[in-house]
Amino acid sequence: MGVGFIILAHQDLDRAAQVAGYWAQRDHPLVIHVDARTDDDEFQTMQDQLAKFRNIRFTARRACDWGKFSIVAATLDAARQLLDDFPDVSHAFLASGSCLPLRPVEELDAYLAAAPETDFIESVTTEEVTWTVGGLDLERFTLRFPFSWKKRRRLFDRYVSMQRRVGYSRKIPAGVVPHLGSQWWCLTRQTLATILDDPDRPKFDKYFSKVWIPDEAYFQTLVRNHSTNIESRPLTLSRFDFQGKPHVFYDDHLQLLQRSDCFVARKIWPRANKLYRRFLGDQLKSLAQIEPNPRKLDRIFVSANQRRTAGRVGLKMQSRFPNPGLWKLQKTCAPYSVYEGFSDLFSNFETWLEKRTGTRVHGRLFHKSEVKFSGGAEVYNGCLSSSAKLRDYNPEAFLSSLIWNTQGEHQSFQFGPADRLEISDYISSDPNASVYVVTGAWAVPLFHSTMNFQRIRRIAARYQAIEAAHVASMRGHEIRAKVRVWSLAEFVEDPMPILQSILDGLDPGASRKLTEVPKMADLTGFGKFVQRLKNEGMNPHSVGDFPLGDLPGRKKLAIKPYVVR
Amino acid sequence: MSAYSTYRLRLERKRKRVRSLRKRSELHSVVDRTDAIGDDDILLFCTLRNERIRLPFFLEYYRNLGINHFLFVENDSDDGSKEYLEQQHDVTLWTTAQSYKRSKFGVDWLNALQSRYGVGHWNLVVDVDEFFVYPFCDSRPLRALTDWLDASSIKSFGAMLLDMYPKVPIDQVPYSEGQNPMEIAEYFDPGNYSITRNPKYGNLWIQGGVRARAFFANEPERAPALNKIPLVKWSRGNVYISSTHMLLPRGLNLVYDEWGGEKASGCLLHAKFLNSFTEKSKEELKRKQHFANSHEYRAYNKGIKSSPSLWCRWSEKYINWRQLEILGLMSKGNWI
Repeated sequence: MGVGFIILAHQDLDRAAQVAGYWAQRDHPLVIHVDARTDDDEFQTMQDQLAKFRNIRFTARRACDWGKFSIVAATLDAARQLLDDFPDVSHAFLASGSCLPLRPVEELDAYLAAAPETDFIESVTTEEVTWTVGGLDLERFTLRFPFSWKKRRRLFDRYVSMQRRVGYSRKIPAGVVPHLGSQWWCLTRQTLATILDDPDRPKFDKYFSKVWIPDEAYFQTLVRNHSTNIESRPLTLSRFDFQGKPHVFYDDHLQLLQRSDCFVARKIWPRANKLYRRFLGDQLKSLAQIEPNPRKLDRIFVSANQRRTAGRVGLKMQSRFPNPGLWKLQKTCAPYSVYEGFSDLFSNFETWLEKRTGTRVHGRLFHKSEVKFSGGAEVYNGCLSSSAKLRDYNPEAFLSSLIWNTQGEHQSFQFGPADRLEISDYISSDPNASVYVVTGAWAVPLFHSTMNFQRIRRIAARYQAIEAAHVASMRGHEIRAKVRVWSLAEFVEDPMPILQSILDGLDPGASRKLTEVPKMADLTGFGKFVQRLKNEGMNPHSVGDFPLGDLPGRKKLAIKPYVVR
Repeated sequence: MSAYSTYRLRLERKRKRVRSLRKRSELHSVVDRTDAIGDDDILLFCTLRNERIRLPFFLEYYRNLGINHFLFVENDSDDGSKEYLEQQHDVTLWTTAQSYKRSKFGVDWLNALQSRYGVGHWNLVVDVDEFFVYPFCDSRPLRALTDWLDASSIKSFGAMLLDMYPKVPIDQVPYSEGQNPMEIAEYFDPGNYSITRNPKYGNLWIQGGVRARAFFANEPERAPALNKIPLVKWSRGNVYISSTHMLLPRGLNLVYDEWGGEKASGCLLHAKFLNSFTEKSKEELKRKQHFANSHEYRAYNKGIKSSPSLWCRWSEKYINWRQLEILGLMSKGNWI
């Protein structure tokens, strides 16, 4: 008593023959079906190679089309022959020509001997199935599919949607409760024989001959009528990618395959010499009953499909270039902060923030004449150049590259009305951006400047106009950045809670108490400066309401550090 | 895409094809071993001029990857390149003394050869200083990739040009015949690339890297294109438009995913900056046979003089393809 194999082969017959020989030599009978479309010479060679084995049979060759009943018909022929010709066979194992046994066949025998009544076949109701391509699950059983999915895809799709529209549905015969599952199974003689000998079989065959991809449905459904002990999982390790085509294994998967403890795997690349040599060579037999554990491999399949369909967030590269319209996708790969006005108000803001938070704080990255990287670097992570021209050539690529290149380190930079603002829309639509704006802070350096006042007034008017437009653009309904805006007056009135909330936002877990504030510029007389701008005919509304005298809280701040207990 | 512009592109493709067939007559066969090409063979097409010293390693590299046959066009060499290639058992060689520039920098010649010999094969089109790197290239032959592409119904495979350079000034370490150029030029720029989409042909246009940083910081729009599609399952009617940057029909340029996923891609390690470069760039300046009036070479000549080392502290030392994938320069896609 032992397991017998059915092999369905259609190409690379030399490999199929090798595997068949391996099983046959170890006294396990086989029935092989070779696609009628396969080259006759190749078939002849295979027959010659296997002629010495008396326990190998070939069934009549049928022309097999993917997704059609011909594959099931070939399987049924072969199953019949296996049961009839080899009365000792207790289990039938369905394999393909690109399968490879990973464990000694004696271990499979022992495994099946311990579960003599069990049928190993994935059989899932159509409601539960999650892996079908094109969303077709129950509809495989109820629609008609006269057009080839592989060759006439457009017609196929149209015909399906037309049937959906008119509400067409085939009648499912009595005795058929649709189930789906992997094509590869291992059934007991008892179960397989009752499926084959079922008096209703002609009816079932007729019905299934119009079902789409019946090789994943025929046995998976009918087994439910005859088996009492279904273990709904295949013994063959086989996984599909997002297009519904099987993943292929290569020589460099050797260790992974070994560690999976699966009995049989598919598909194996026909030129994977090392795999064939290793697994068809003499293997140490283990007496212990080790359960197959495909989960170790599943991680790889899942991450491959994930990479192909979702990709790495925030990465733009030669083979990942999302449509600009895909707002759902993050533009950058990590959170970053943009400070507007802070470095005008605090003379040491950058070094202070860098020291307080241990994050990277750049100067004005979008300065008109030069990229002001932290520490005045000429080149930064990833070889980003400080050339303003290179940056302006593609500012979005510049920013997303910077964030990508510095993963693991939070980036902040200064920004303001004197900079290149073309990047604003990109930033405001990026959920990774936190933008903190103190409006009117650009007036502080002007206040300290010794320039001619007329000139100061003109610059102030220009900055205010630019900033107003910029801030307005940060407030539209399509904004995905976190934006907070204070006027200068609001800010200087009570800067501590604001700075504290910024620090908290940077690192929500760690409560960094604000023990030292950055050095604020001296604003003595700033109110008068604002009034003078007004007197000259400008309305500096963006700085907020500045009293003519000095602000009460401000003086204390400027003189001694504020301590929070 | 309107029917009109589709039609225009079709005309352009036809024009290109006719042009390349006309240019075919400029090629003279030196040795023809195309009888040896099997149905399933992977072919490499290459145009070159005076690259004798690089050839041994080049051939070795691509033979190891699994190229079955090489088809070379030798353009006016006088350093023994022709004689060397003639003796190689897996090389078919043509020669021409005609203008490289007027054959669209070799594209016309290779288009003609590809439409004659490449149809139905996977064609790899590279220069002698370009080394193809793809996912798992250290453990799987090129055939594994092309089989997977076939099974996935993918007809073209992108590989961005990655400019390599040494840590020391480029003329300091002499390259010796047979040596792996990446032993000398072992550094590259990992994260300073600019990508835009070309609406006309649908390809991506990539610029940046060390050449933009060191030579084109003041005129970035002139920095050379780095996007390449060197590996294509050739069909009758395919044409390369400019170098291997893009092709027609347009579908072949869609080597990137537009919905957030990553397609599989590789890199072409570009070992241009070896000690031979200084001399070569002077010579090319004189010949004026390169793109945009050899503007690139003029920029190099100027740049190399002012700062002879291309290396900076953020330059990345090349280890393997996995490093390039982690850096986000290439991707495994869903190939496992």
